[in-house]
Amino acid sequence: MQFSFTNEQEEFRSVLRRFFEDRSPPTVIRRLMETEAGWEREAWRALNQDLGIGAVHIPETYGGQGFSFVELGIVLEEMGRALVCAPYFATTALAATAILNAGTEAQKRELLPAIGTGETVATLAFTEPNGRWDASGIGLTATEANGRWRLEGAKSFVLDGHTADLIVVLARRPGSQGTDGLSFFTVRGEAAGLTRRPLKVLDPTRKQALLTFAGVEADLLGEEGAAAAPFARTMMQAAVCLANENAGGAERLRESALEYANLRVQFGRTIASFQSMKHKQADMLVDVELAKSAAYYAASAAAEDDPELPAIASLAKACTSEAYMQTAIHTVQIHGGIGFTWDNDTHLWFKRAKSSEVFLGTPAWHREKMMQVWEAA
Amino acid sequence: MSEATEASVRAEVRAWLEANWSPEYGLVQWRNKLIDSGWGVPTWPTDWYGRALPIGLEAVVEEEFRRVGAVGVAKTGIRRLAAATLLAHGTPAQKERFLRRSLTGEDTWCQLFSEPGSGSDLAGAMTRAEFKGNRWVINGQKVWTTSAHHADWGLLLARTDWDVPKHQGLTYFVIDMHQPSVQVHPLRQMNGHASFNQVFFTDAEVPPENMVAGIGKGWAVATTTLMHERRGADGISRWGAPSTRQGRIYDEERAENATVMEPYTWYPQRAGRVDLILPRARETGAIADPAVRQEIAKVLTLAKTAEWTARRARAAQVQGRPQGPEGSLGKLIGSHVSRAAAAVHTSISGADAMLSGSDGPHDGTIAEILISFPANSIAGGTDEIQRNIISERVLGMPKEPRTDNDRPFRDVPKNVVT
Repeated sequence: MQFSFTNEQEEFRSVLRRFFEDRSPPTVIRRLMETEAGWEREAWRALNQDLGIGAVHIPETYGGQGFSFVELGIVLEEMGRALVCAPYFATTALAATAILNAGTEAQKRELLPAIGTGETVATLAFTEPNGRWDASGIGLTATEANGRWRLEGAKSFVLDGHTADLIVVLARRPGSQGTDGLSFFTVRGEAAGLTRRPLKVLDPTRKQALLTFAGVEADLLGEEGAAAAPFARTMMQAAVCLANENAGGAERLRESALEYANLRVQFGRTIASFQSMKHKQADMLVDVELAKSAAYYAASAAAEDDPELPAIASLAKACTSEAYMQTAIHTVQIHGGIGFTWDNDTHLWFKRAKSSEVFLGTPAWHREKMMQVWEAA
Repeated sequence: MSEATEASVRAEVRAWLEANWSPEYGLVQWRNKLIDSGWGVPTWPTDWYGRALPIGLEAVVEEEFRRVGAVGVAKTGIRRLAAATLLAHGTPAQKERFLRRSLTGEDTWCQLFSEPGSGSDLAGAMTRAEFKGNRWVINGQKVWTTSAHHADWGLLLARTDWDVPKHQGLTYFVIDMHQPSVQVHPLRQMNGHASFNQVFFTDAEVPPENMVAGIGKGWAVATTTLMHERRGADGISRWGAPSTRQGRIYDEERAENATVMEPYTWYPQRAGRVDLILPRARETGAIADPAVRQEIAKVLTLAKTAEWTARRARAAQVQGRPQGPEGSLGKLIGSHVSRAAAAVHTSISGADAMLSGSDGPHDGTIAEILISFPANSIAGGTDEIQRNIISERVLGMPKEPRTDNDRPFRDVPKNVVT
């Protein structure tokens, strides 16, 4: 297990940080979050051309950079820190990972290069309006007739679902239950019979959509009826990705709270000089450092495909989500009245923290998953 | 010494052990041999029993000792803090007199810093040392003194000047604990153990040659002792299960460690016994309770992330990187872990959590957790002091305003100690 980053990884991080600070200041975030798409194709292309991050964990065979989840974790931590408005989590963390886990060799060769360059914006449609994050929630059906698959049903909470060019969809054989009969499919964004409605979301920096499939023609991805394992694996890896994003956002908030406390003067002294503030900041540092440890350990475990990954991924998701949310709450509090205004930037991260606390499963849900692993051990 | 490398040191220590080591030595006899060879404290200077090896190579020497099961110099207890302090600040005569017998284990030591009136504020010590005739005369009281009841010598921080600011009026002494004017009484803790003592001085005596570093220099010397304590130089935290090897020297070493470690038997319980959480939950059936499962998962998450954070700090250290904030948080996080673990042990045990001793779960071990964990957030720096240190030194926030540093200690408000 890797407990420190290499010099190359640190250098990679600092390149990303400079780039995102430059390209994604709060003014840009605020402009994009008011749009329906939530991101801009030109900026997305530039991001991929300059940094090549769309392909970071895609193997070189499929036109990727061939790095591991550690490097992907670094990208996500920095993106979470800068709150970059881009379809990166949907495209790379979710869709590319699902295709890597489920696709046939030919499909990976066909689909991944364009995803890696940013040419194809992709997403993964798995959760349905019932809001369940595992196979038990899948009701959307896939039926085959005359060698063609057709999808019937609905997917919700689909990240960038209304703007993605390619949608990876999890469906089940009619009449199957639980983890049986699950298959992945790919669908073009403009497919006939597909209705895409952007949802009114709490976190405007990451858009979600409700997708309705009415007999939508789809291509089978991988083996029919065998998606349960690649889906479970994708969810673990996505949880690790989100954990790293959470850690980045939490650290950014912690730093902004400290900076503000050092500036703000009340009763003739900076509020940073009050012991209650110092102790709160010390506690925030503890929360964030523990969250970073969890995120980094999980990224390393995903990179090494550690047998404990099922528990560790859930641990990291739960731990970082709670740390992010707690840090966001403290950060609003430390800013006082100004922290509750729209003009102050804290709410942008606060809303991401709240949304990410729920996305992919709440902390309590993930703790239960951890326990299912540990009680058996 | 020519440039020492890992390979050269390994070869040299291995050859020396092959030629010299035997488990049939007496403990003191062997340690004297070790001290003469320089392999007992290889990072110490060559003038004083060492080989001036870089700190990084100490592990190589230890590895070779472990490989053949060779016993080292006395590694646990306050005597190591005493040795490190005297090595740094002692006169040649003091080093001559105290270092060797501390390393052989013939002399045992205790640390006389904390007082009833000064806990977090060690520099507020009020034990008085006055020079009368040809000797120092000591009056006052110390507390939280581990092993005072069998110590030969004490490291004493006492006030010699009340008319200067607090840190400048302290002087450091080595005091002979075997004198009738030094009274040692065990201090019983809330968990029933008496791991520490109260020490009373009534006209106790210290000869002038046992003053360390000079009048008014005590705080700097005490800082050295505390630094070694924080680094774990007393070996308490590294102490594992006793060896089961056969041979005279091992028997003697086991007896020595049993004495030194006796006050610490409850320390694992004080840390919360995270290792017992899952086995206990299975044992009691609490593992099926969804609410308890959530609590268990939270504690295990805390314990694991605490460990990973410590490993991040060590990895950075090994790479020679400047230490990030992760290195300064362990003490405070440890308090959180022990507190949360004690709470979950309570949930897991249910009504049995009310029982102790032979009626309690695991022969009283669980009860000991439940009534020992509060020590973790106090001993060695309270959580509140840790938060001050973290916010000031790591986060660079303003220091606490002080009203006691710029005037004679005599005028500083103090506790009324009865």
